[in-house]
Amino acid sequence: MAEIRNYTMNFGPQHPASHGVLRLVLELDGEVVERIDPHIGLLHRGTEKLAESKPYNQSIGYMDRLDYVSMMCNEHAYVRAIEQLLELEIPVRAQYIRVMFDEITRILNHLLWLGAHALDIGAMTVFLYAFREREDLMDCYEATTGARMHATYYRPGGVYRDLPASMPRYQPSRFCTKREARRRNRDREGGLLDFVETFTERFPGCVDEYETLLTDNRIWKQRTVDIGVVSPERALQLGFTGPMLRGSGIPWDLRRRQPYAVYDAMQFDVPIGTNGDCYDRYLVRIEEMRQSNRIIRQCVEWLRKNPGPVIVDDHKIAPPPREEMKHDMEAMIHHFKLFTEGFCLPEGETYAAVEHPKGEFGIYLVSDGANKPYRLKIRAPGFPHLAALDELSRGHMLADVVALIGTLDLVFGEVDR
Amino acid sequence: MTASDSWISAQADWLGDRAEIRTDRDCPSLMTTAEHLIDILRHFRDDPECRFEQLIDLAGLDYAEYGETEWSTDEATATGFSRAFEAATSARYSFEDPHPPAEQDQRFAVAYQLLSLSHNRRVRVVARCASGAWPTLPSVRALWQCADWYEREAFDLFGIVFEGHPDLRRILTDYGFIGHPLRKDFPLSGHMEVRYDPDLRRVIYQPVTIEPRVGVPKVRRGEGHG
Repeated sequence: MAEIRNYTMNFGPQHPASHGVLRLVLELDGEVVERIDPHIGLLHRGTEKLAESKPYNQSIGYMDRLDYVSMMCNEHAYVRAIEQLLELEIPVRAQYIRVMFDEITRILNHLLWLGAHALDIGAMTVFLYAFREREDLMDCYEATTGARMHATYYRPGGVYRDLPASMPRYQPSRFCTKREARRRNRDREGGLLDFVETFTERFPGCVDEYETLLTDNRIWKQRTVDIGVVSPERALQLGFTGPMLRGSGIPWDLRRRQPYAVYDAMQFDVPIGTNGDCYDRYLVRIEEMRQSNRIIRQCVEWLRKNPGPVIVDDHKIAPPPREEMKHDMEAMIHHFKLFTEGFCLPEGETYAAVEHPKGEFGIYLVSDGANKPYRLKIRAPGFPHLAALDELSRGHMLADVVALIGTLDLVFGEVDR
Repeated sequence: MTASDSWISAQADWLGDRAEIRTDRDCPSLMTTAEHLIDILRHFRDDPECRFEQLIDLAGLDYAEYGETEWSTDEATATGFSRAFEAATSARYSFEDPHPPAEQDQRFAVAYQLLSLSHNRRVRVVARCASGAWPTLPSVRALWQCADWYEREAFDLFGIVFEGHPDLRRILTDYGFIGHPLRKDFPLSGHMEVRYDPDLRRVIYQPVTIEPRVGVPKVRRGEGHG
């Protein structure tokens, strides 16, 4: 009789389906996975250590680069931790702006997830469709903050500046005819809120398009239904949060259960799955995009009617306006102190969490009363999700591992920190 | 303490002298020691009044430089930037190790963030590590499986040993890494750097060539400053 032995196989770190730099050591019995040992840390940048060496405001930019497809949600958790320690009340308009951008970010994240997940298991077109809508949302980022991705927009005490009253427009050039420029600029005649509003009118139709391509697609269902089933009990044991937990049928959403910013004033539904497989998690995320769209519309409506300040007037925390600095000595001093030394937080510790597109993103902040964090721990949702990959994939075929990596919605910026 | 935190006072009898209860700005928190840790966490998970189904986070802590500053703010001299500057926080500026070794009593701790979905509550349990050649704590992997990787991470970054963990390997740092980078006596620049050597035609490791320097000194300003 021939000798039968298991294969040990290496997957990644440079593999198109590994969503970054994931290395898996797989133990295979034929094509069936017996065990997976994920090796992470290839993108470890020491964010927590770096934050300890910098004043609070200088680490906001690092937060963007954690989960680099849901930038502003990361910032939100970080500035919330600081605001909790300072016991700072921030202007309502800033809270609405934050909620609107959190939801724009959620759509951005889910679109990337959808495109990449579908591409991994064989559907090419969705990726192109998803990036078409991402482009518009990136333009919102750019018009408001000046950066398409790493915005550094949320600041302790509010947001950096108010929403712009006009959108940047395309200019006719060698690459863009006058007619083409006019077509592209059609939605850009008004301010940011008008642009976002036209987007929200169009977007549910776009989600329908993605669903036409996938939801009843036979191949899509064959690849996702009954793959990676997680029971509610196991989901809790494994530390799942966000869509991973809701996919298993647990109605837990921090926006609903522990509301922050102005989420308690928002009307939205929390979708949950029934079987806890990849297909349910797909449906949950698709529905979340529709709900985010609803929330954005409510924010746009409110923001139109209620102008006001977007950052606190306390110049120990937030810099004074530029014009004031030109003639006011005290404003000048405040600005100088804030950007050289920063501000000190009272001694104590706190944990602030937000419902990030991937799950619960938390910041555990320990302050010893100095102008830098004594310890900053980032609770990244992807970390426990990836830890569960071994359990999820046992007994599945090798090709399903790719579907599982997709369904976990991994981004190594946050897993490796 | 708000009304929603009253459950923790109800637990005070059971806790007795196992833990000291504090109330932070966000949620109640407990200070405890290695010997009571498992008791408390199991009680919190299983007791119907608590039911903390999820371990949300586990964070190592190193208290070696707690409250130390680099910039004296009490008095002024005429010598400019260097007047009161002292690179006290070695982690960032020097390669020496002025701190006592890991045996230093009460230096390391681990913070567990628990979440109860049924009662919609959070609690934080901070356990001081037992000191010895290595700071140690019992592993909670048997209570919540997600502790597996969290404990590996705390071991990797702080050198905290979790007794009873079946597979305590490094997780975030490089293969063959030496040291525990989030300890306060580990320099920000690290000890080794990697570069391509054109003569050897391969990637080599060498001691870091970065000059340690001070960005913004660490200061503490009391209440009502300025």
